Amino acid sequence: MIDLQLTALLLSPLLGGLLLAAFGARRWAAELNSLMSFCTFAAAVALTVRVVEAGPQVAFKEQFFIDQFNVFLVALTAFIAFTTSLFSRPYMRIEQDHGRLSTPMLHLYYSMYQLFTLAMLVALTANNMGIIWVAMEAATLTTVLLVSLYRTPASLEAAWKYFILCGVGIALALFGTILLYFAAERVLGQGGTALLWTHLNEVKGELEPTVLKLAFIFLLVGYGTKIGLVPLHSWLPDAHAEGPTPVSAVLSGLLLNVALCAVMRSKVLVDGSLGTHFAGNLMMGFGLLSVVVAALFLSRQKDIKRMFAYSSIEHMGLITFAFGMGGKVATFAALLHMTVHSLTKSAIFFAVGHAVQKAGTQQMENIRGMLQISPTVGWGLMLGTFAILGMPPFGVFASEFLIITTAMHDYPWTTPILLVALGIAFAAIFGKVQPIVFGETTAKPLPHPPALLPVFAHLLLVLILGLYMPPYLANWYRQAAALLG
Amino acid sequence: MSYTIQFINLLAAILLLIVFAMLSQRRILSLINLFAWQGLVLTVSTFVVAYSTGQHHLYYSAALTLLLKVLVLPWLLHRLIRKLNVRWDVETLINIPTTMLVGIALVIFAFNLAAPISQLAEGITRGLIGIALASVLLSLLMMLTRRKAISQVVGFLAMENGLFFAATSATHGMPLVVELGIALDVLVATFIFGIFFFQIRETFDSLDITHMEKLKDD
Amino acid sequence: MENINLTLGILFQLCQSLLVVLLAPLLTGWVNQCRAWLQNRSGPGLLQPFRTLRKLFHKDAVIAYNASPLFRITPYILFGCMWLAAAIIPIIAVDLPFSPAADVIALVGVFALARVFIALAAMDIGTAFGTLGARREMLVSFLAEPALLMVLFTASLISQSTQLPRIVEALAHHQFVLYPSLAFAGLAFVIVLLAENARIPVDNPGTHLELTMIHEAMVLEYSARHLALIEWASSLKLLAYISLGIALFFPHGIAEVGQWGALPLAIAVLLVKLTLAGAGLALLETLLAKMRIFRAPEFLGTAFLLAVLGLLIHFLLGA
Repeated sequence: MIDLQLTALLLSPLLGGLLLAAFGARRWAAELNSLMSFCTFAAAVALTVRVVEAGPQVAFKEQFFIDQFNVFLVALTAFIAFTTSLFSRPYMRIEQDHGRLSTPMLHLYYSMYQLFTLAMLVALTANNMGIIWVAMEAATLTTVLLVSLYRTPASLEAAWKYFILCGVGIALALFGTILLYFAAERVLGQGGTALLWTHLNEVKGELEPTVLKLAFIFLLVGYGTKIGLVPLHSWLPDAHAEGPTPVSAVLSGLLLNVALCAVMRSKVLVDGSLGTHFAGNLMMGFGLLSVVVAALFLSRQKDIKRMFAYSSIEHMGLITFAFGMGGKVATFAALLHMTVHSLTKSAIFFAVGHAVQKAGTQQMENIRGMLQISPTVGWGLMLGTFAILGMPPFGVFASEFLIITTAMHDYPWTTPILLVALGIAFAAIFGKVQPIVFGETTAKPLPHPPALLPVFAHLLLVLILGLYMPPYLANWYRQAAALLG
Repeated sequence: MSYTIQFINLLAAILLLIVFAMLSQRRILSLINLFAWQGLVLTVSTFVVAYSTGQHHLYYSAALTLLLKVLVLPWLLHRLIRKLNVRWDVETLINIPTTMLVGIALVIFAFNLAAPISQLAEGITRGLIGIALASVLLSLLMMLTRRKAISQVVGFLAMENGLFFAATSATHGMPLVVELGIALDVLVATFIFGIFFFQIRETFDSLDITHMEKLKDD
Repeated sequence: MENINLTLGILFQLCQSLLVVLLAPLLTGWVNQCRAWLQNRSGPGLLQPFRTLRKLFHKDAVIAYNASPLFRITPYILFGCMWLAAAIIPIIAVDLPFSPAADVIALVGVFALARVFIALAAMDIGTAFGTLGARREMLVSFLAEPALLMVLFTASLISQSTQLPRIVEALAHHQFVLYPSLAFAGLAFVIVLLAENARIPVDNPGTHLELTMIHEAMVLEYSARHLALIEWASSLKLLAYISLGIALFFPHGIAEVGQWGALPLAIAVLLVKLTLAGAGLALLETLLAKMRIFRAPEFLGTAFLLAVLGLLIHFLLGA
């Protein structure tokens, strides 16, 4: 049974949220935040070990369902949530010293951070498609006030856009869920079981194809808004650029994955019902469009966080494309890419956060010579950029290589498009980050090196994944890929 | 056709009519009142579906709708506009006839999209999904055409009403736990919207979101 | 038997024609009387329209010296069109000899014919008011006509026929059904009725205020018997519209095919319906305020929207 681990997993962020709601204004709130995140991470590890050994399981009257696919995301989420909390402790203190944040704002930040983790974990582990929706909406609600934390006009605008667009998107996803229920009700009958994914999965061959087709379109468009798929992406760069950096890191590294997980759950059902590649084609189309459009937008960015937000759109597009292609290899590659992208992108945001804090601006033309100011930040940013651009030996290279070779084999016409888009993205990002790191500056070096342990920990993991895939992990990914078909 | 089905069809038609009225309504106060009326129609339709299908959990849904969408949310919104002193604000809407024509096109689109599903449904649900989808799309249109933060929020809530109608009338209600979760989300969202109104007004001196179009990719 | 039926049919057709031509001024009088009561006035009495008509018929006609023959014949055409329209709408029985002519589209055509002539006649003299009135009339009817057609199509779709008697038969003799589409069409029809008959809020039949009048501006140059015929035609038009409304939305109580015995009852029911409709119209006019002429397109746009919605809902819900 996994009830114990699951309870611990969900209870620690809940407890953390409540505790921080009460004590978020104290001096030790940041430490408490990290501690609760660590508890969550520990529970996630325990859960993962259990599930990888014993296979998929349901818990709590079938309301929760854990298999190799979502437990992998649970582990990733809990890990990055933990490292981000480590990063945010010094970062938010400095912001407070600079006078950009007040104690009540930090109070809000800490409690919402825990509740956001909770919402994501519920969205990942819930078995009920309706509860997944509710948790996804809750994830928006908990982050929207964090995006506008600085209360600047730009941050308010970004938060409003985020709220309205994701609200609309998620409403469409609800319509998709209702249609799914409408189809399920005819097979499974009235009542609570008709929205449970495990039950739906058993009878997916009997679900009405016309309804599921329509339902999937709504679900993809709805959750796709959250993933940041073009043309529904316009909230994403704004929210990432205007929110505090730790929030950008978790939005980019985690929330997008969670939304993609919901889409994959729906895809499995739709594929089973239709017996065609309809859902996959749709995902491939959206994914390809996102890669191309994001790559084209990258070169026009002036704001460093905005640029990396577009890079997130590009990579989410790539992952969606890979999932859309389907098949064991492509799905394996997509899962791997999800992991390395989350790790790398959050590491980059950590480094960018410190660089921006030092330079006092997010405009790239005014950030110069990070290597002179602080070698740690400079190298962290450079290595992170190398990693995200898919340079060997980092893990992103391995996953992108797998995706492109699969595409070359299954859909040859997409290969040149992907390669050109990746090339443009490479030129754009590298061209902009290079002077930031190696340029000349008159600013004084930092008196003491910033604590960038999370950055290098993430990059090290990405490096390891690129050089050598542990058999345990490979086996686990293979099982997850088999589940998704 | 039994009288229950006829009655629900009539309510569905009224729902669509209210959404159109919202689309063309200039005054914020009337907009909120229309929203409350929409909630009432939803309550009645949910109650009738509950009565005719004998689904007991739908009675709870109906009560929840009455409480949340007819009483609490309109009350909250009324309170908000009184506090923000925008009670008598009138919005300049450009080109209502064009908006209406686009609206009709959306209704036709929604009906066509839902047509294959309507053919599957039997009895009470026939055609209702199309109307629900149409009101969702029309609320979306309303959010697009509005320039005031409050009207956008009312559009958002109206969209949720359309979804709720789809859930109760077309599928006889989702499981209660899901409906409770949705209701909670909507309530929290309204509170957060309220917080936003104050933040926006504090920063921009107005609730006009035309001030908030600075973030663009040039 | 055939012969008797035919004779009876012709007899009742004559009876209806005579009935409407006499009822029309009475209905106008009744609406005015109700308005007076609602506005706390004593009112001129039910027969006032007849007195006005008699007075006008006894006067000598004055015609502008540059008026063309068109100006002279228009009142007769107008009266003829409206009488025809009011006489063929099935209000007391569904199978009178003229009823095959009562096709809804033809009916809209008859109204349009009358409108074209009155607008031409208004411009014929060349005064500013006539032209202004004609322009406004055309604007209003240009928007009202499609809405009216949509309303009629909704009813036709439900009954699978554009023939009014068939529509009435289908709607009156089914068991009671709530048609959401017809409810929408009904609302749209009321708006069209107000606009087409120059009632408040689109026009005010009681004033001659230059800036706002529509219908009265067109007939300013008419006098004596011409004016009498035009006034009578206006009453007939109102009656025709109300009868159309009754036929489409409240046809219950009409005499069925071959049941001549039910006719007296049908006439009594019709009178009750007309009384109620007149009172309702007066109430509506008292409650509403005259709107600016520029708002009229929006008002009629609403009618069109409602009618289209009714049509769409019919397609979707099949009701």
